[in-house]
Amino acid sequence: MRNEHTLIAVSLASAIAAGSAAAQGVDLQDYSQVARGRYLAIAGDCGGCHTLPGSGHEFAGGLTIETPFGNLLAPNITPDAETGIGAMSNDEFVNALTKGTGRNGMHLYPAMPYTYYTKISRDDALALRTYFATVPAVRNEVRVNQLPFPFNVRTGLTGWDELNFKPGPFQPVEGKSAEWNRGAFLAEGLAHCGLCHTPKSELGGDKKGEALRGYALQGWYAPNITNDSQLGLGSWSADDIAEYLKTGHNRTSAAGGLMGEMITDSASHMTDADLHAIAVYLKDQPGEEHGAPPSADPAVLKMGGKIYADECSACHGPNGRGAPGLFPTLAGASVVRQNDATSLMHVVLRGARSVGTERAPTAPAMPSFAWLLTDDEIAAVLTYVRNSWGNAAAPVSARTVSKSRRDLAERHD
Amino acid sequence: MATKLPHKDAVIIGLGWTGSILGYELADAGLDVVAIERGPWRDPAVSFPVSYAQDELRYRLQHELFLRPAQSTVTFRNKTSETALPVRNWGAFMLGNGVGGAGVHWNAETWRFLPSDFVLRTHLTQRYGDKFLPDDMTIQDWGVTFDELEPHYDRFERLCGTSGTAGNLKGKIQDGGNPFEGARSRPYPTPAQKQPFSYTLFAKAARELGYKPFPQPSGNLSQAYTNPLGVKLGQCTYCGFCEWFGCANYSKASPQTTILPALVRKPSFEARTDCEVTRINLDSTKKRATGVTYVDTSGNEWEQPADLVLLCAFQLFNVQLLLISGVGTPYDPQSRNGQIGRNFSHQTVSGGIGFFDKDKYIFNPFIASGSIGMCIDEFNGDNFDHGPLGFVGGGYMGHVQTNGRPIQTTPVPPGTPAWGSAWKRAVRDNYLSSVDNAGAGVHASMYSYQTNYLDLDPTYKDRFGRPLMRMTMDFHDNEIKMSAYLTEKFAAIIKQMGAKQVVASPRKGPYDVTAYQTSHLCGGAIMGADPKSSAVNRYLQSWDVPNLFVMGASAFPQNAGYNPTGTVGALAFWAADALRSQYLKNPGPLVHA
Repeated sequence: MRNEHTLIAVSLASAIAAGSAAAQGVDLQDYSQVARGRYLAIAGDCGGCHTLPGSGHEFAGGLTIETPFGNLLAPNITPDAETGIGAMSNDEFVNALTKGTGRNGMHLYPAMPYTYYTKISRDDALALRTYFATVPAVRNEVRVNQLPFPFNVRTGLTGWDELNFKPGPFQPVEGKSAEWNRGAFLAEGLAHCGLCHTPKSELGGDKKGEALRGYALQGWYAPNITNDSQLGLGSWSADDIAEYLKTGHNRTSAAGGLMGEMITDSASHMTDADLHAIAVYLKDQPGEEHGAPPSADPAVLKMGGKIYADECSACHGPNGRGAPGLFPTLAGASVVRQNDATSLMHVVLRGARSVGTERAPTAPAMPSFAWLLTDDEIAAVLTYVRNSWGNAAAPVSARTVSKSRRDLAERHD
Repeated sequence: MATKLPHKDAVIIGLGWTGSILGYELADAGLDVVAIERGPWRDPAVSFPVSYAQDELRYRLQHELFLRPAQSTVTFRNKTSETALPVRNWGAFMLGNGVGGAGVHWNAETWRFLPSDFVLRTHLTQRYGDKFLPDDMTIQDWGVTFDELEPHYDRFERLCGTSGTAGNLKGKIQDGGNPFEGARSRPYPTPAQKQPFSYTLFAKAARELGYKPFPQPSGNLSQAYTNPLGVKLGQCTYCGFCEWFGCANYSKASPQTTILPALVRKPSFEARTDCEVTRINLDSTKKRATGVTYVDTSGNEWEQPADLVLLCAFQLFNVQLLLISGVGTPYDPQSRNGQIGRNFSHQTVSGGIGFFDKDKYIFNPFIASGSIGMCIDEFNGDNFDHGPLGFVGGGYMGHVQTNGRPIQTTPVPPGTPAWGSAWKRAVRDNYLSSVDNAGAGVHASMYSYQTNYLDLDPTYKDRFGRPLMRMTMDFHDNEIKMSAYLTEKFAAIIKQMGAKQVVASPRKGPYDVTAYQTSHLCGGAIMGADPKSSAVNRYLQSWDVPNLFVMGASAFPQNAGYNPTGTVGALAFWAADALRSQYLKNPGPLVHA
């Protein structure tokens, strides 16, 4: 019975979509264009923002997008003419995607990563347009702008663009391999890695010259993913990176939180070749020189070591080596050594579930220790982990843990 | 009035080991499958996280993971002449609840039964003659042989990553393994667990007495393992919190750690938790199941129609659902007619404690796992000559102490006061220097009898108004004699280890429903070759209702001298194989009798 209902819903939606598609001037008979658009939508993780999890309605919007300036709701991008994008012309669609200009001159907020999508070609944008014309049209009015004054006024965004936005399609870099250029096209463009991983200015724009060096957002810290030997992916091979993106796991690490969501929705469905290309590109992003971090109090390290032995070592191992594909390695792990310990505190306080994928279905999780360990104890054990087995990073203070505990109390996962 | 839901290809009752295996196999075959589970969803990081998994009070004494008797229980009596009363606090066995079932709280001892166990009546009468078995002993052949099951034992071990040392590889006896085991097609997937000091001492003593000790096959893994479904398990940390507990370290084989991560990815599989199936619905001919009726926690009643019904609950509840739903004929102990409820069996466990000189021996008993230990199999099944002994059956024995947990590990010699400073001193003196196998050292069979059976209680009802399951169960002379003989052999090995005092505890009657033995209840819906004396055929398919399959230990015609889960898993894969290769292509009876 349920199946029949689904069929009816889909066929009705298709009929509506086909009607509007004709008006939009896209050819729904062009299967290769639809398939190409679908792949691009996966690589761009459009559903990550535009699909409200659990709603059952792909791309119908409504998900809260947290920004440093307040919240936005992701708009409906199904082909519904009134509440979706069905009435947009192709040019309007391409401009919204690659220039951040919406209908009637209204400017999009850069939470929509047009600053990255600008790298795609008009052909790619039209393929996306074709694919979106085939998904079920859902009538869902979304009031996008939830920002407080003055950020709710969009006119300021034109000035923002001048400071933070370099429009124009991707230009291959000569002297780099085709694979590197494919990786660059994806990482700098559709896959918009920097939206999370690049430090932001006061205005929320990507900081110049600091691409992919890590940024704190939504209760997590998106770590440095340059080839930096201390803080970045220096110790990972390109294969390690590609495996992590495909499966959510590799020999030393496991994805959770926002990265886990991205892998579930996007990276795990991309081709091995594209993921390897991204890996090759990331491995070519230079690291920096780092001074020695401030040293930790030996008494704190001793206390942290005892807590580690009692509470952590059963899974992560007495030497922080973990278990490949199951429990993350802490020894030598750059994610442990980030200057900002937000993610580490998040994982200890709230626990974290790693992602399950077709190739790595296990998805083990770490429980919350918030009820068991005090702020002092969490600070000590994290300081210990950050300064053991070859790791070196700034101590974590109890005050920072306390702040993280308060922040997380108000945050839904 | 039940609300009728959209039709499914298959409905599974209970999402434990067998429900998970059947769910995976049927969803993999392309069927639209729903599993309905009485208890909650259980996830290691949430239900028994490392931060408090090792809480003896919470899990062992207060039964956190188990069914609450207020939700459902059984009534008990020893003899048909008595009136059965409800069990209000679990004792002799523990009943699991929730996703993973008993696969969450088991010790993970992963044995195969002996080849002779599957042809027990034939084997014993051939060796000892027609008159050797007591008249009221109702043991039967299984209708399936060890050789037929071997590939399926292998699949279950591969799923779990079982750690062990092969004793018989394709007919060639291997050093260090169990020389009595049936021929296995390949070694265990992972090497045996490490054995702490006292266990190696037991092995040495056993060898000195002429036995061939071997490590117990273990689902607590000696090393990290990735199973054929791509699911990964970690290495056991020997924390000693296995039975009664969930493993928070992903190192004990359970549905959660071996199969559910792959199963929940199947788009055609769905699980409904906290929903209790109240009956299997039959059509007017009583020859076809039309689905099940279940009730959710709000008291709403739902009807789930399906082409195929898989009864995968615990043994007792399998039998209860068959009786309540009117599948087959209830067993009558007087006439021995009827199939449902017959050949109900449990286990005959005994053992002993060895006290050692504390200045010479420090054993550190807290370094352990649920299936650690060194065992011998010389006194199991028919591995020894029963002719002069006057009983049949047997069991493995070993130093298999699973833990040194603080509340309950208090071995003191007889004569010690039960409380006060003298008791405390005795605990302190003996904790590190004793081997405590009082309740598990001898793990022996219980064969089936005319008057050990299950039926519906005439008085007591559950919260749905359904009659409770009534257990009628007692020990018989055969098992008492066996236990005396085996326990003496066991005590001699402990003595040989160097114990200054051995306190042996052979099993004595009557059967006591308040004292824990094992949770290995068997029978009641047994498999066999004859529809007159069995509820299901060799593929676990109901003789009476061919679109109903009944999994689990309820199919055992009698219990063997081992833990049952390895055989329960093997039978589930065997039945799944028959479903996929035969039944789904041509639904109907797989055996014509």
